[in-house]
Amino acid sequence: MNKIYVDNAATTKMSKTAINAMLMHLEEDYGNPSSLHMVGQLANESMVKAREQIAACIGADPKEIFFTSGGSESDNQALLTAFEWGKRNGKKHIISQKTEHHAILHTLKKLEKQGFEIELLDVDGEGNVTSEQVRSAIHEDTALVTIMAANNEIGTQLPIKEIAAVCKEKGVLFHTDAVQAVGHIPINVKEIGCDMLSLSAHKFHGPKGTGVLYVRKGLMPSCLIEGGAQERGRRAGTENVAGICSMAAAIKEAVDKIPENTPKLIDMRNRLINGLLEIPHTILNGAKSNRLPGNVNVCFEGIEGESLLLLLDAKGICASSGSACTSGSLDPSHVLLAIGRPHEVAHGSLRLTLSEENTVEQIDYIIKSTKEVVEYLRKMSPIWQDLQEGKRKYVIQ
Amino acid sequence: MLYSEKVMDHFTNPRNVGTMENADGVGEVGNAKCGDIMKIFLKIDNDIITDVKFSTFGCGSAIASSSMATEMIKGKPLSQALELTNKAVVEALDGLPAHKLHCSVLAEEAVKAAIKDYYDKNGIEYDHEKFAQHHDCEHCGE
Repeated sequence: MNKIYVDNAATTKMSKTAINAMLMHLEEDYGNPSSLHMVGQLANESMVKAREQIAACIGADPKEIFFTSGGSESDNQALLTAFEWGKRNGKKHIISQKTEHHAILHTLKKLEKQGFEIELLDVDGEGNVTSEQVRSAIHEDTALVTIMAANNEIGTQLPIKEIAAVCKEKGVLFHTDAVQAVGHIPINVKEIGCDMLSLSAHKFHGPKGTGVLYVRKGLMPSCLIEGGAQERGRRAGTENVAGICSMAAAIKEAVDKIPENTPKLIDMRNRLINGLLEIPHTILNGAKSNRLPGNVNVCFEGIEGESLLLLLDAKGICASSGSACTSGSLDPSHVLLAIGRPHEVAHGSLRLTLSEENTVEQIDYIIKSTKEVVEYLRKMSPIWQDLQEGKRKYVIQ
Repeated sequence: MLYSEKVMDHFTNPRNVGTMENADGVGEVGNAKCGDIMKIFLKIDNDIITDVKFSTFGCGSAIASSSMATEMIKGKPLSQALELTNKAVVEALDGLPAHKLHCSVLAEEAVKAAIKDYYDKNGIEYDHEKFAQHHDCEHCGE
């Protein structure tokens, strides 16, 4: 069976360029970059080049790039940095918003237990917050605002540039989790004006287990992992040289291809959204136009997401859902609840995230298959029967 | 693979799916908020379950548990159907992941709710303790 991979927000397939870079550096740069001999120094040189290349791709200075194990670690380190900065400056209030990734939300919970006040802004029906909301939430005690660049579930792009400007004006730190954005939409840290930014290689066809925390000059990141002088004493552990070099190759390729891939992705995305919305009682989650080029997320009334995924998988389609059964908890996606979907509707969500490797033929096959599967599941759903018989009111018209 | 072959078989080829006109007993358990609802329809002749149908809103294991439970009580006397436990459903399915065990509990409860409905409709006396609901989730207790 042909496999159609449309779960690129979960992770991407590594590009040939990234794999080749990885293999080359695994073979040639086995040295420890901290070693003084030539084998170690060769590895160090490769890492210096990778740092320069990554910095150039996001408009940063190489000294502002700190390598981490990925997006979650970068987010943790960014929040710890703000926490310690806040303590030094007598500020202990952090502003974020409800649809952030759990790497942010869970870490904020931890900081709350340590005496910080955490304020999560509400989002509108499309998953957006405004810079005005941020402005009115900031007070004398505010240390940090952390708002993601684009949401991993519903693809909504948030106005981080406007928010960064407000933070700058108020003398508050601003961090953005740009894990879903880098390599997919143009990201330039200087143009955004953020103090910190998280990115992860495996979201743009690079390897898993490697990422970056960008920290602007003048702000030193706090140390999450102690034990060595790597990353200027801010992140101990022998560097993942091959992973880092592979990430550099992947980010360069992804950023270079943004102009070419974006129109193609938007066309496929819109075709998919329009096709799925032909299914009665279906609603789009997230912004209509201001969303990531490859993100599609819809809710189908009367069915549950996990069974939908399993049946799509049987047809070769690899997708994802925000139902409770796929999250391993009782509640469905916190993002879908935050944008106002009731529990029973949020259970019936489907996320399809495209890459430039997908084709229009695949999109049409996904639409056809999803129509069949939704109809099949609705036929055996007691909720759907009640809706049809008028015993229950439709939430999605 | 998350599920056993048996679960996948009962999920992709569910037995006894559908509804029933003039059912002798109907039981519905679960809550849309939690993401699973099971409804079981029984045809009963002389205390024997002669036909059974189900409709389920829920995940793969909820659908498989419903399908397996209906197979296990079809053609059986009510006294035997009342002995059906969630454990027996899980065993018949060659196991369920730990966080999916509540699906089998729902299946047991749906069968009991349908039999209780039949008893209530026909004024038949029964032991209320046998029909206690588990309420193993925060939303279902509402």
